[in-house]
Amino acid sequence: MALPFFSKSEIVAPADISAASLRSDRFRLEREVDWQRLEAIVTALEKNRPRSISDDDLLELPVLYRKTASSLAVARETSLDAATLAYLEALVRRAWFQIYGPRIGLFGWLRRFLGGGWSAAVRSIWLDICITFVVMVAGGVVGWLLVEQDESWFYSLLPGDSAGGRVPGADPAVLRETISTADGSSGLGVFAASLFSHNTAVTVMYFALGFAFGIPTLLLELWFMATIGAMLWVFFDAGMGWDFVAWLSIHGTTELGAALLGSAAGLHIGRTMAFPGDRTVMGAMRTAGVRAAQVMAGCTIMLIIAGMLEGFARQLVGDTLARFTIGGIMLAFWVLYFVAMPRPREHLA
Amino acid sequence: MSISSVQQAQDARLSKRARMLVTPEGLALPLTVGSRGARFGALALDMMILTVGIVVVQVLFSVLILSITGVNIDNPEANDAGPLVELISVAGIVLLFLIRYGYFIYFELGPRGATPGKRMVGLRVAARDGGQLTAEMVIARNLVRDIEIYLPLTFLVLKLVEAMSGEDLAGVSGTVAFVWLALFMLFPLFNKDSLRAGDLVAGTWVVESRQAKLQHAMSLAPDRSTDYRFGDAELSVYGEHELQVLEGVLRQSRPEALREVAEAITAKIGWQLGQGDEREFLEAFYAALRGHLEGRMRFGQRKKDKYS
Repeated sequence: MALPFFSKSEIVAPADISAASLRSDRFRLEREVDWQRLEAIVTALEKNRPRSISDDDLLELPVLYRKTASSLAVARETSLDAATLAYLEALVRRAWFQIYGPRIGLFGWLRRFLGGGWSAAVRSIWLDICITFVVMVAGGVVGWLLVEQDESWFYSLLPGDSAGGRVPGADPAVLRETISTADGSSGLGVFAASLFSHNTAVTVMYFALGFAFGIPTLLLELWFMATIGAMLWVFFDAGMGWDFVAWLSIHGTTELGAALLGSAAGLHIGRTMAFPGDRTVMGAMRTAGVRAAQVMAGCTIMLIIAGMLEGFARQLVGDTLARFTIGGIMLAFWVLYFVAMPRPREHLA
Repeated sequence: MSISSVQQAQDARLSKRARMLVTPEGLALPLTVGSRGARFGALALDMMILTVGIVVVQVLFSVLILSITGVNIDNPEANDAGPLVELISVAGIVLLFLIRYGYFIYFELGPRGATPGKRMVGLRVAARDGGQLTAEMVIARNLVRDIEIYLPLTFLVLKLVEAMSGEDLAGVSGTVAFVWLALFMLFPLFNKDSLRAGDLVAGTWVVESRQAKLQHAMSLAPDRSTDYRFGDAELSVYGEHELQVLEGVLRQSRPEALREVAEAITAKIGWQLGQGDEREFLEAFYAALRGHLEGRMRFGQRKKDKYS
């Protein structure tokens, strides 16, 4: 089958082992066939061509690895042949990389991730999610109360024209306009797709700030939710509160969910740094980091979905009830998925 | 490659970046942590590849869209045509997103544990504790990359635009955020393993991945221990370091070097050497010296170099 110039060069046993005058060279000549066999297997694995390895070789891989590793250990104590030692070290290292390398690729990981790895990671940081959730709710309440007490607070929370005309005492018609559907549907997809990249950056920032023991993350969330609370007050004051909530919920249940998870992931790392328990800080951070990263990877997926909902559904669906239905279904879906999706079974070798 | 790789391996053991890793089998395996320069180079290469890839994707999609709508330069508004075009644009944007996130993760999950840039400069990712490198670790270290590279760069561009236009776009919070992100960016400069924040969080590090070829055995050369007899006094002049230098010279086999080394040795041990016998003499001396040193080594007596 194989073309001649691709065929493997045969490993030949050294001609005459006893011809070597040095004991350490005889040691090496007796074993070098095994080493070269291991090298051929490792090379094939590195080139991502495991099929070109014969069954016998594959079955013997662990044995060859251990043999070579023990050869290295012996050679270090008995041989002064620098080239052979360098070869053995490089070979054992390469074999170690292969044997202890990642067992699944990107797509394998994605399958396991969606099939339960994500929800398991989310469940494992439940405490951080609860803390962040409480802070977010508190932020909303604070924003509402502040503006209710003194309308000028609104302009401190949302300076300039970042509110886009949605200010206290605005004409209800203007307010209505800002939450109505867009005229046409063209260009929405592109709008939606570019929205999530912005949202992703914001959520990643929340996560990044978690490294400062989680405090800036919580402060940012508090401020962010206060603006939403203030906005809610403006709309309820104008008598169209539920319409606004519906408008927000369509993508908000997903997007705020992602913000919640992203902040909680950041907080998880920050909290672990501050309170590593009986592990070392580095060790604790490693476990926390891997867990938090899984949650963050999921946030990106949620933000893509949120971007699509924001771009398409929010602009196309104008009815308050229909908006609530979509937002509610998304919320129910996420909660159910995170609570009920079982952890994936560990892949049996 | 061959001789220099031996030399490199020796240098690596002495370098500040040398680490010992204990595998789950209990074998101590020497590793060299990738230098900051190499890692930056690898990153630059990867970014270049990514940029080219992104430009290619963008051009392809633009051509695709233009070929559907037809070019209408006079009235760009009229180019906005149909759900098909929109679908293609959305697919394009999502594809770009996937390239940006998937590139590093896909390649680092491969059997080489390295992106093309890392491979080119001879680096790869490994688990810091010597255990299994899991997919989750690779994902973690690459998600944090967002904070370390993409976000600070975005802020930097924003700041540049600000400086040029004289407008305050990012504000105070933007500046604070940039300083915070710059800490992440500079993180590898402040620890001895040059770990990124991503490496720290994921429990990984980036190490050199070197290959070495098996050289021929030295003592297969004809045994000349009867022609050249070396006594204990002559063999105890040198240590392991000199032996390995001699090994390098013999393996490289450059006539001038052979001559030079042979003269140095004979001068040291007080021998006279005939013209043209250098190689024979050196091979015999090498075999004798190695036998001598290895013999002592078996009794736990090691001699590092001629001074010890």
